[in-house]
Amino acid sequence: MSIGTSTVVMGNFKDPNALLHAAEKIRDSGFRKFDIFTPYPVHGLDGAMGIKRTILPYISFGGAIFGLTNALFLQFYTGAVDYKLNIGGKPFFGWEFSVPIDFELTILCTALATIAGVFYLCKLPTWHMPFQHDQGFQKAVDDTFVVAISSEDPRYTNDGTMMLLEQLGAKDVRVVEPRND
Amino acid sequence: MAIEDQKVVSHLQQKSLGDNTPALSDELRDPLVLGNPSVHDITDKIAGITDSPMNMKFLLAIGATASIAGWGLLTIVYTIATGIGVWGLNNPVGWGWDITNFVFWIGIGHAGTLISAILYLFRQKWRTAINRAAEAMTIFAVICALIFPLLHTGRPWLAVYWLLPYPNQMQMWVNFRSPLLWDVFAVSTYFTVSALFWFLGLIPDLATIRNYVSGPIKKLSYWIASLGWTGSNRAWHHYEVAYMILAGISTPLVLSVHTIVSFDFAVSVLPGWHTTIFPPYFVAGAVFSGFAMVMTLLIITREILDLKDYITLKHFENMNKIILTTGMMVGYAYTMEFFIAWYSGNPYELSVFINRATGDYAWSYWAMFTCNVVSPQVFWFKKLRRNIPLMFIISIFVNIGMWFERFTIISTSLHHDFLPGSWGYYSPTWVEVSIFAGTFGIFLTLFLLFSKFIPIIAISEIKAILPNAQPHHQHEQH
Repeated sequence: MSIGTSTVVMGNFKDPNALLHAAEKIRDSGFRKFDIFTPYPVHGLDGAMGIKRTILPYISFGGAIFGLTNALFLQFYTGAVDYKLNIGGKPFFGWEFSVPIDFELTILCTALATIAGVFYLCKLPTWHMPFQHDQGFQKAVDDTFVVAISSEDPRYTNDGTMMLLEQLGAKDVRVVEPRND
Repeated sequence: MAIEDQKVVSHLQQKSLGDNTPALSDELRDPLVLGNPSVHDITDKIAGITDSPMNMKFLLAIGATASIAGWGLLTIVYTIATGIGVWGLNNPVGWGWDITNFVFWIGIGHAGTLISAILYLFRQKWRTAINRAAEAMTIFAVICALIFPLLHTGRPWLAVYWLLPYPNQMQMWVNFRSPLLWDVFAVSTYFTVSALFWFLGLIPDLATIRNYVSGPIKKLSYWIASLGWTGSNRAWHHYEVAYMILAGISTPLVLSVHTIVSFDFAVSVLPGWHTTIFPPYFVAGAVFSGFAMVMTLLIITREILDLKDYITLKHFENMNKIILTTGMMVGYAYTMEFFIAWYSGNPYELSVFINRATGDYAWSYWAMFTCNVVSPQVFWFKKLRRNIPLMFIISIFVNIGMWFERFTIISTSLHHDFLPGSWGYYSPTWVEVSIFAGTFGIFLTLFLLFSKFIPIIAISEIKAILPNAQPHHQHEQH
């Protein structure tokens, strides 16, 4: 679950090994409403955070099926139903000559579905970023791993959560209030 | 003891001390990024380019390229206003510089997709330094390519129902049995998918720049463009899969695009065009010319923007190997075409090929052969593969040679018709030459703007391949 827009506790990491260890411990302590912000994808972090596999491939596959059926229908309907035009005695429709368009529209719709899907799943665009005012959080797209645990998580206690992060080796552990202006 | 052996021994010694050294294979190879920068140094370097003010050199360069582009646009307006009679096309040569330029530019684009998608699937980590620039080049090249067939229709404002299945008052549909229409779908799909793939890769880097730049207008622009990316691992998790899927579909797509472009010729019944070797031959030629263009642009870019630690000799050496390989492939295709022309026993086919090498356009054929087959042979030698001035010259030769290849194929099959009475010779007019020059202006202007305002190296990808960027020991999976 994402951290939402309420108060969070944040801690910074620089070492990917310590980060991976911390993510496992936070997961095993029963936290669900937490997130880790990284400048680049870190191997193994998905498993360490307990994130389930993405459904994106199914969305892409749906796009592929949509593209293929539409390509076949488009060529069949326009050529063999709506406007039959004899060109050099070629058949009005044939799967053989439909292959290039079938292929291209399948690829096109797969790509569009993938992009639409990834935007939807990543909640992009969301121009309002409630924690952007925090200096440490801004470094998450530069060179710092930022762990954030939401106060909405049932296991959250103000001191306990901060202590947990400090024990795990986080630097600059702090409470960050969201800014919703 | 060889240096490699020493590395192995020192590696094992360190391992026994329980040190977190990178994997052995990584240590034995040349580093991908020189100068051992930290993660923050990379942000500073790449984002710093976009944050620095435009200098005089940049303004002069863009002034020059934009002037050429402007001249090209004027001649395009002249062509549209007057009709394509201002070009040198006539019977029997109905396709000339326009289609040559179209195939040339589309081919240039192919290296970008090869680097961004195919090398990604093959886990070629060295691609990370050059994929962003190569993909940008792809998109700009396809924009240039699209100009030509659109103008060739003569009345581009009607192209909407000539080219796309658009329901219109005449209740007519496009002809799906024509390879020219396949081309419309192939090229427009290629453009769309390349642009989406490029933008997807850009989002995290635009976020990095959003937090780096100082000016309020710049900040707002990057804020909007980065769509609110925060680097959340819950987003990275979907993002990486999306990137993989797009790479996966771009790979067959790029092969299909030049295959379908070659169908424009191969599906016709003209001697010299109607050959089954065309699809692989065109794809190899496209990759060949594209890599040459990437080489030309990157040699200049790394010099001007001082990216020598990121775009290293290792990158150029690898690209030269690909240029050598694909150059041999097109050389094989040139030879095999001749063999098949003779072996088929078809007198028209044979006469077209003899005419190609000895007829009116022999100068073009031999220019192509020298540039494409002979010149890359220098890359057999490691020393020459790592010689920057030499590879710059060869890359220009290859660009010229590949343009001549398309021109040779198109004009030699058309200027000798089946009836000797209708044979002719085609030369371009100043308008065609200006439009072609203009597309170079457009291409270079777009590339310059790109190099200034968009991170020219994939920041997040290059950070991820630094030696200590990833956790070393595998934790248990859940």
